[in-house]
Amino acid sequence: MSELKTAAISQPQQTWSVRKPRNLNFRRNLEGYLYILPWLIGFFVLTLGPFIAAFVISLHSWDMLTPMKFIGLNNYQTLLKDPLFWKSLRITLIFALVGLPLQLALALLLAVLVNGKNRINLAYRAIFFLPSVSSGVATAILWRWMLNPEFGLINVGIRAVGVPPPPWLSSQGWALPAVIFMSLWGVGSTMLIYLAGLQSIPDQLYESAAIDGANLWAKFRYITLPMMSSTIFFTFIIGVINTFQIFTQVYVLTNGGPNNATLFYVLYMYQRSFQAFKMGYASALAWVLFLLVLVITLIQFKLAGRWVYYESGEE
Amino acid sequence: MASSSATMVYRPRKRFPFAQVLRYVALTLLAFLFVTPLIWMFSTSFKTTGQAYHFPPEFIPSPLTFDSYTNLWTGSIPFNEFYLNTTVIVIFSEIGTLFSCTLAAYAFARLRWWGRNIWFGVLLATMMLPFQVIMIPVYIIFRSLGWLDSWLPLIIPTFLGNPFYIFLLRQFFLGLPRDLEDAACVDGAGSLRILWQIFIPLSKPVLLTVVMFTFVSAWNDFLGPLLYLTSIDKMTVSVGLSMFIGRQGATNWPNLMAGATLALLPIVVMFLLFQKYFVKGIALTGLKG
Repeated sequence: MSELKTAAISQPQQTWSVRKPRNLNFRRNLEGYLYILPWLIGFFVLTLGPFIAAFVISLHSWDMLTPMKFIGLNNYQTLLKDPLFWKSLRITLIFALVGLPLQLALALLLAVLVNGKNRINLAYRAIFFLPSVSSGVATAILWRWMLNPEFGLINVGIRAVGVPPPPWLSSQGWALPAVIFMSLWGVGSTMLIYLAGLQSIPDQLYESAAIDGANLWAKFRYITLPMMSSTIFFTFIIGVINTFQIFTQVYVLTNGGPNNATLFYVLYMYQRSFQAFKMGYASALAWVLFLLVLVITLIQFKLAGRWVYYESGEE
Repeated sequence: MASSSATMVYRPRKRFPFAQVLRYVALTLLAFLFVTPLIWMFSTSFKTTGQAYHFPPEFIPSPLTFDSYTNLWTGSIPFNEFYLNTTVIVIFSEIGTLFSCTLAAYAFARLRWWGRNIWFGVLLATMMLPFQVIMIPVYIIFRSLGWLDSWLPLIIPTFLGNPFYIFLLRQFFLGLPRDLEDAACVDGAGSLRILWQIFIPLSKPVLLTVVMFTFVSAWNDFLGPLLYLTSIDKMTVSVGLSMFIGRQGATNWPNLMAGATLALLPIVVMFLLFQKYFVKGIALTGLKG
């Protein structure tokens, strides 16, 4: 994000020393605001307004049919004692701390493997990238079939090896691992980000390491990994924020089940709001979601400088 | 393979490229794992229910049946209508996105007006806000406008800008040389004409990236149609497809896989034709963040 800010500020300020007539200034401002008007309307009506409204609604009890009733911070107190809230938070965090690192590791592996500009690499790249573009309902349905305990291809394969196959989506213990497993199929876009990162590592580093007799692992451990740390950190933070928004996949795959074993945060919010019509309570969940994302973002700003190696001199 | 042996010639210090061989073995294995689900989906869609449960599984069904596809196109769930509906929504989303985002991006990149940097900061901040935080009030707004069960809540917001695409376009516009527009300015062209006649033609790659991203997100959108649409003749492919599961249980896998294949088809075609623009978009936004 810091890069964005500097880009915004360091944009060359063209100063016109010739005297500006006042109406020209006015015209110029008017023009600017006319150009951003569609977005500006969208910002006020569909972002800022709803953002404030969500907080106001969270202080009320409301089922969308009868009038709202002000109840202060009651919804937030209920939330702290709600076992399902904690469960959804735990499930989301497990995904972020177990599933996400697996995704990033696979993405990095793929990126290292397809790095290089020949035709074969480009073909492999396309194969790995395609599933991440096609994410959505169709993919989730496809994985329901893949993970079918009896006839799904995965268990057919596992049985062929002679190991008793897990029941995946129909069992409490295996449903979340199944969701994580499926998410690995969509690492293609992260792979591309890593690929761009890999290509910006100067070749001289590898060459001098080779002269020192470094093997492949040493090169990876002491050059690739440190040089990629900022990119990895960035994808991790974005990944955590995205994890807090997982909805479609689990809605289609398990609808939160069995016995809420895959009740991701936003799915729980959706159930409270558009299925149970507890709009006040769901809005409290929404605002907690906002606070969580805010905290993650702030942590990113704080830690980015400390944990991560940035190439000096790069602005 | 020919190219890899050619590079060997130029590097005499390498004796046998163990690492290279290992790399291509690993790549082929992984690629196989990544492609298998798609092939499996495609092959199941041409099976009968009986064949789908056959053991050991067959990748090339014999005999091949198109029943699932004819079911989808003429059966009780009007998949052809879903297809048409989604296409209409996608087209309007493209128009709306290109219109609103190009204008705003141009103002942020080139025009000088009071408060520009402040508003740009606001724009960046909104990129961090998950839609789910504001989903309930947004739903209520559309409800009070009487727009529920219509496509308006899916289409109108695209005419009101998307911070992600505005940012992408603005970064590209910043990189365009100023000479051309200065010349046009001297010739007395207004800013709208400069945008239309100079910026748009020069920005085809990034505009195509935006078109691709908009296409994929509008085609795949699930939460939006799920919230706003109720009658079946207005449904989109994604929500329509999810209704199959409820209606037919999880039993008719060939039908479901035919539906999934049809839902993925436009995305895959777009991907194969315009892969470069998808890649560019990911690299740009991923790195600039």
